[in-house]
Amino acid sequence: MEFGPHLMLAVLEGAVTAAVLALMASGLSLVFGVMRVVNVAHGQFFMLGAVLAWAVSSALGGGAVGFVAALLLAPVIAGALAVAADLTVLKRVGYDPERTIVATIGLLYILQQAALMTYGPEARPVAPPFNDRLALPWIEFGPEGPGLIWPWGLSITSYKLFVMGAAAAVLAGLWALMTRTGIGLVMRATQLDRETAQAFGIPVERVYAGVFGLGAALAALAGVLIVPIQQAHYLMGGDALLLSFIVVIIGGLGSLGGTVIAALLIGLSDGIVSVFFSPTLAKILATLLVALVLVFRPEGLMGKAAR
Amino acid sequence: MLELKNIAAGYGPVRVLHGLSLTVRPGEITCLLGRNGAGKTTAMKAIMGLLPLASGQVLLDGEDIGRLPAHEVPRRGIGYIPQGRRLFSDLTVAQNLEIGMRCRHSPPEVRDRVLEMFPRLADRMGQRAGTLSGGEQQMLATARALCVDPRVLLLDEPTEGLQPSMIALIRDTVLRLRDEGVAILLVEQRLDAVLATADRAVILENGAVRAEADAAELRAEPDLLRRHLGV
Repeated sequence: MEFGPHLMLAVLEGAVTAAVLALMASGLSLVFGVMRVVNVAHGQFFMLGAVLAWAVSSALGGGAVGFVAALLLAPVIAGALAVAADLTVLKRVGYDPERTIVATIGLLYILQQAALMTYGPEARPVAPPFNDRLALPWIEFGPEGPGLIWPWGLSITSYKLFVMGAAAAVLAGLWALMTRTGIGLVMRATQLDRETAQAFGIPVERVYAGVFGLGAALAALAGVLIVPIQQAHYLMGGDALLLSFIVVIIGGLGSLGGTVIAALLIGLSDGIVSVFFSPTLAKILATLLVALVLVFRPEGLMGKAAR
Repeated sequence: MLELKNIAAGYGPVRVLHGLSLTVRPGEITCLLGRNGAGKTTAMKAIMGLLPLASGQVLLDGEDIGRLPAHEVPRRGIGYIPQGRRLFSDLTVAQNLEIGMRCRHSPPEVRDRVLEMFPRLADRMGQRAGTLSGGEQQMLATARALCVDPRVLLLDEPTEGLQPSMIALIRDTVLRLRDEGVAILLVEQRLDAVLATADRAVILENGAVRAEADAAELRAEPDLLRRHLGV
């Protein structure tokens, strides 16, 4: 395959990674932005989404029905679990930044080991509900001007397109929730000044519980979407958490727009560098980028400098 | 009527209020005075439920609101203008007002009336609160608290750092609310402002009431406050 189509293929692969990463990292960013809590267990909700997708899909005999049920149920279950963790643990430690890190590390191990004990150590696949291969055209400039060709191997599956579309739709919905609704207004007011929000009747602890649940649900949704591409495994949350932290730091802590831009940057570079060089080099470059951001722009691409 | 009965409160292990008692009556402006660290802002925060009470009671028309969750206190009808305004700086003027309106589900007429008091805000509804001038920010802080449609209003140094015209506007607004029957507790450092507005002055020292005087006493003996405050 020539360089151009090869590059397009790499960009498409990167876009799928970016879509899933944006969903997951937006949950982490939302939790930190509103609650000032660094949720170290966030990756485990991603894993939980994938594992639940397998469980629900298997229980319903696989196929489209099982997958759709998993898509609906897994985020709800993960979100409810996160709300319970918030009310029983984070609320009790007063949402103190340091103590919540230790508490979420504990939550990480509880979720991971619970998955190991119930789901097992195996990696298990979930069949995508549809997986047609769609050939993609490429423009070639010949002596008679530009023309469309169909290079062998330049294609994408309909499921990967669905992942990109679903992530974009959910992120657009999240943006609308935050900027166009009363719930979003209350969340933003809480994010800006917790004490003043309380002085105007906002039940901050309920907002925190909701935000923690929503963040976990977004991670679980990302887990459900990825599982037909990458199998479900009880240790899959670790890498996902690392990449999410990279995205959130580059984008700016608490900035939804920055998170999406950073996810695109990391996802696309991951896709391109992995295809042309190696996946390890892609991870090295992403980590280097974080280091550069921390040195030269610690508030991230779209974050605000601390006042 | 708001009554504080022997309240003790502070920040963690540091006790600031030591048995503070005072009454704020409807249609009356009670000024809270005292040197820095006397406990004025702490008293405001304790009333709002933002600091836990170690002991004592906060009674609003006989109901003990001192141990309610903080978000329930404003829903009982207490408006709060914190020191330094504490606006939601990244939200617009309209959104800041909306936060006030949502507190007690105030009807739209409340916002109309507030904007009639501060018409300049009506021209800046889409502007971010953090980009307003100092005077406009104080207008917005006041308007946001009035959107709660309060029966008790707490103002913590509302004229701090403002130009004279803005101070006059805030003073006129406070007097108007007093005449409409709102119970007002005002923390104020400027003695001329206290003499111009207060129906009663309460002087705090070390977290407890050191002296009280009503309007007649204040006007008859203008040096009373200076003597107590040592200025």
